[in-house]
Amino acid sequence: MPMRIQRLTALIRKETTQLLRDRRTLMFIIALPLIELFLFAYAVSLTVYHLPTAIVDQSHDSQSRAFIQALVSSTYFDETMVAGSEAEAQQAIDAGQVKAGVVIPPDFAADIERGDANVLILLDGSDSFSVQSGYSAASSIAQSFSLSLTAEKVERMGTALGNISGTPPIVTSTRVLYNPDMKDLWFILPAIVGMIIQTLAVAQAALIVVKDREIGTMEQILVTPVRPIELILGKMIPLLGIILVITAIILGLGVFWFGVAFQGSLWLYFWLSLLFIGSSLGLGLLVSTVAKTQRQAQQISMVIMLFSMLLSGIVYPRNAMPLIPQAIGDLLPLTYFIRLSRGIMTKGVGLTFLWQDALVLVGYAVVVLLVAAASFKKRLD
Amino acid sequence: MEIAIFATDLVKTFRTRKGPLNAVDGLSLEVGRGETYGLLGPDGAGKTTTTRVILGLLTRTAGKSSILGFDSMHDTYAIRERVGYIAQQFVLPADLTVIENMRFFASVQGMSPEMQEKRIPELLSFAGLSDFTRRLAGQLSGGMKKKLALACSLIHEPQVVMLDEPTLGVDPVSRREFWNLLGNLRAEKGVTIFVCTPYMDEAERCNRVGLIYSGRLIASDSPAAIKRQVKGHLLELRPGRFVPAQAAVTGLPGVLEVQTYGDKLHLFVDNVAQRRPQIAAALAAQDISHDEIREVEVRMEEAYISLVHRREQAGPEERKAA
Repeated sequence: MPMRIQRLTALIRKETTQLLRDRRTLMFIIALPLIELFLFAYAVSLTVYHLPTAIVDQSHDSQSRAFIQALVSSTYFDETMVAGSEAEAQQAIDAGQVKAGVVIPPDFAADIERGDANVLILLDGSDSFSVQSGYSAASSIAQSFSLSLTAEKVERMGTALGNISGTPPIVTSTRVLYNPDMKDLWFILPAIVGMIIQTLAVAQAALIVVKDREIGTMEQILVTPVRPIELILGKMIPLLGIILVITAIILGLGVFWFGVAFQGSLWLYFWLSLLFIGSSLGLGLLVSTVAKTQRQAQQISMVIMLFSMLLSGIVYPRNAMPLIPQAIGDLLPLTYFIRLSRGIMTKGVGLTFLWQDALVLVGYAVVVLLVAAASFKKRLD
Repeated sequence: MEIAIFATDLVKTFRTRKGPLNAVDGLSLEVGRGETYGLLGPDGAGKTTTTRVILGLLTRTAGKSSILGFDSMHDTYAIRERVGYIAQQFVLPADLTVIENMRFFASVQGMSPEMQEKRIPELLSFAGLSDFTRRLAGQLSGGMKKKLALACSLIHEPQVVMLDEPTLGVDPVSRREFWNLLGNLRAEKGVTIFVCTPYMDEAERCNRVGLIYSGRLIASDSPAAIKRQVKGHLLELRPGRFVPAQAAVTGLPGVLEVQTYGDKLHLFVDNVAQRRPQIAAALAAQDISHDEIREVEVRMEEAYISLVHRREQAGPEERKAA
């Protein structure tokens, strides 16, 4: 006998009642994503401002002062120390007193006039984010002064690691599309929304099934004519609803509280979110077929979250990864959703550009739900 | 007799770390329509596994089993539409109220809202739960939980009800009430009832009883007939010094079996008039005081232990024969 709507609605009503009645779990489901969002948005910043800097000014003319002023007013560098020589600046980095050193050679103004001025930037190589931010900030300031920049990454132990980039040509000009002010949050938030949603969906889907099996309720329900697919949908549909609401809340906070631009179609975003939540719930169901206890379900979900943080392209670019980590990332629905989310929110593009990832998510949701339904037994063993 | 529940040479093997374990090991039974059948045995004898396999909740390793002619494995859903079941632990959703539980199971069984309107109040008053409809199932007392489970399992008017230790953890008064409900069910609706229980006194309420031991049925008959299977008459006495007394009477001529019962000894003897003075003499010889040696009626408990003893003694040869 096929699926019966009456049984399905009875199951949905039961699960919804239980979900809403369990206030503690409900609070947890709603509060945790918000905490995660605020933590990520406020604490995780990829750009490092206010690097403590040692300044070695061997020129002491109007141009060198102007250059130092430009560095400081960019807010990337703080002049915390005046050093007498390059060696002294390097010692200060070794000692951890400063993160960067700027060495301006003698006759700076005259060199600029002639067009072959050169400034040395020393950066603490043990802190890669500082190196990146400091280098890119210094080079754009250097450009405006039409001077070349020699940057050295300095390891804490005192050995110079060589030039990260010898002398950038002065003529380079970069135009940043979509995110002109290079705000990290514009890059991070569309991905963080997906991370939070996937984590929640996987854990809750696994828990809601394993809990029934652990307590024994499953036995009493299995002995009714309920079909496995009805049982699965009955549990997943209420979860889908509540997670959709949470998605809307997080997205709303991202746009209205954190001021992240939403350039694309909200409708498209809604449908793709639905698909993404469905895929993630399916992944959670697969977890539930492996986990015997709620504790195990939680632990496996944590592992999936860890993989997602590292391999789905939230922060670390996926095309820089070796093949195997990339392949593992391909197994996570988040990998596809991040591209969709950034595409719609930041770039404002539509399905014409995103159809491939959207299609993969459709396939993912269908396959995972079918596998889960097939491995969901109508018996206890 | 029309057969409601049927099993023959039923085997259920679990894979364990120590190798395969036969929880049910060649069990055969038949329960007629309208009967109240008690599957009696200690914990670990295989009662729950047998019930679950017959219901199709566990896969069958070998043998045949069916309910109302529907095969346990192949016609699983046909069985689930016609059979009520109460699992051993309380496993109704604890965070739903009494009425929500009833409505859920009614809907899942495909009952129309109009039928529910009529049937649910009937069942609630039958189970004595009419005043507790808004209480969460998890907050009911042990006895009321079982009554709710019974009411939920009867919602679709099943012809067969299978109950796995329904009175486990229930106080004596509630136990009696529960059994009265089962009695009414049989009398009024002719429902076939299959009960697993470790309580020998509950067996007396069944038409027929199957004694299960190590996954096999070692006897299946009416309670009276099972008690008649035990050879000899039963004598009871309370000795002053228990352990020496047990040693003194064991092996006396005519003493077929010695069982302990609290601070009393139960002796099966071939002839009461002849053996009573001999036992008294044997105890007196060892200077063991005791109260009067009385003949008592054999109860299910003594019968069960006696049949298990007999089985264990016959065990090795029988296994060779097989």
